[in-house]
Amino acid sequence: MNAVATDRPVHLTEPRWVRGLLLMVALGFLTLFLLLPLITVFVEAFKKGWAVYLAALTEPDAWSAIQLTLWVAVVSLAINLIFGVAAAWAIAKFEFRGKQLLITLIDLPFSVSPVVAGLVFVLLFGSQSWLWPFLQDHDLKIVYAVPGVVLATLFVTFPFIARELIPLMQAQGSEEEQAALTLGASGWQIFWRVTLPNIKWGLLYGAILCNARAMGEFGAVSVVSGHVRGLTNTLTLHVEILYGEYQFAASFAVASLLALLALVTLVIKNVVEWRSARPERVASAPQTAFASSVVAPRPATA
Amino acid sequence: MISALTANAGAKTAIARRRKGPGVLPGFGLSMGLTVVYLSLLVLLPLVILPLKSASLGWDGFWRVVTTPQALYAYQLTFGTALVAALINLVFGLVVAWVLVRYQFPGKKILDAMVDLPFALPTAVAGIALTALYVKTGWLGGPLNDWFDWQVAFTPIGIVVAMVFIGIPFVVRTVQPVLEDVEREIEEAAASLGADRWNTVRRVLLPTIVPALLTGFALAFARAIGEYGSVVFIAGNRPMVTEIAPLLIMSKLEQFDYVGAAAIATVMLSISFVLLLFINLLQGWQLRRGRRFA
Repeated sequence: MNAVATDRPVHLTEPRWVRGLLLMVALGFLTLFLLLPLITVFVEAFKKGWAVYLAALTEPDAWSAIQLTLWVAVVSLAINLIFGVAAAWAIAKFEFRGKQLLITLIDLPFSVSPVVAGLVFVLLFGSQSWLWPFLQDHDLKIVYAVPGVVLATLFVTFPFIARELIPLMQAQGSEEEQAALTLGASGWQIFWRVTLPNIKWGLLYGAILCNARAMGEFGAVSVVSGHVRGLTNTLTLHVEILYGEYQFAASFAVASLLALLALVTLVIKNVVEWRSARPERVASAPQTAFASSVVAPRPATA
Repeated sequence: MISALTANAGAKTAIARRRKGPGVLPGFGLSMGLTVVYLSLLVLLPLVILPLKSASLGWDGFWRVVTTPQALYAYQLTFGTALVAALINLVFGLVVAWVLVRYQFPGKKILDAMVDLPFALPTAVAGIALTALYVKTGWLGGPLNDWFDWQVAFTPIGIVVAMVFIGIPFVVRTVQPVLEDVEREIEEAAASLGADRWNTVRRVLLPTIVPALLTGFALAFARAIGEYGSVVFIAGNRPMVTEIAPLLIMSKLEQFDYVGAAAIATVMLSISFVLLLFINLLQGWQLRRGRRFA
């Protein structure tokens, strides 16, 4: 494995054969668990040729699933943007008691099983709930209808934007906003002209992850949707239905759309990481160069 | 002009109130109010319904529902498979993080980006892809079945495979930054004091990344316990064989047993809370450890 280079002197790295072995293990593991499943999606999708592939994507049920998925994603992204920014502003710019608890609560949807997330909305708004007579009287359909799908998606995607922004805004502090305040800017002016330009990459990053999860959510949506074809079927549910009907090629064709979405998400995510890291890296480059050239023990408190 | 003046006046009073209030910037009431209301309506109130609904069973009834042989088997299977998957991720995640941080090789950037695939790929897509790979006619399932007589799809091994897939990013992404921050001087010191490479790695490097490793392990474990989408296809939903806890909740719902589903969900939710608390403690430990070594 001549390819396994390292920028370290020989006494600070492993023998060549160990490096080669570790690289082979890592590559083997990632190929087995990441690359092969991804390739499988596309191979299975095109197994029966282009005609079947295109037919699977253009049939009416698939088309309505695409529309519903896009609509749900746009709505949950818009709502989560507002609340994510509000939560990050409250937590990063102010001091108050119970802040840590609030952060933990915002993270909570990440540790709840998607099935449980869907279940709570069925219990709240379903036919056996206390609210059911009221909903019936006013002809409101939430569960087994589009609002339920949106609610479940909102639940599982809530943390993405807030948890991306909170550490970023905490690290940036609020000196710039305070300066704007003393210069007479109003709250909204401060937000739009000072804060937003500072957090735009973090916001974009959170929005991309939120969008990917919103379009790809399966468990929670599966519980609340009731699988009404052409009405409450999102793309992931459509994949499941086709798969259950043994229409594997069609199922993988729809799945390949979602896999493409995942790949595009990863590309954008890396571009954003690269863009947002660049100014920081330029600023800290001299420091790092300095730190690594000085081989001296640092004080323990540093 | 007037608004600027009032803003100025507001700023002055805000600064005067500084010691008492939460801060000088405007918008605390609005942003805090929105956050608390939204969080309560969307997350907290809905979750409260689970214990409330289960309470209609009474304590004895609740206990009976959550300890049926089918339920006990489901917990056992869920925790067992999640534990094995998290352990596999612990070992291989460390190797992947190590390789990505320490070595240079062609295609490293792409490999690094690929690690996040399980976050980006919808779980249902991962589920059907893994199933297609591991059934008897699949690329991997075929050879495994012919040569070793191993069946992966529709057995607990398949569940482990799916849980390994969704857990990959957790260990890699928690260990990676810690490994990047390890000062080269620590290793220099160990080497100059006569430690060989193996001892330096085992006694000096490994202890610094143990908190991060454990955090990644716990995160992968917590995620695997609640996982549904990628597991449901490869598990095949055979009661008492491959029925994990989320599948049990789902099948209770399909039989319109809402109270039973709520009871099992209450147990799962309590376990999630305990894990969340544990992970928070681990991260606190990691933070303190990080400060000591920085």
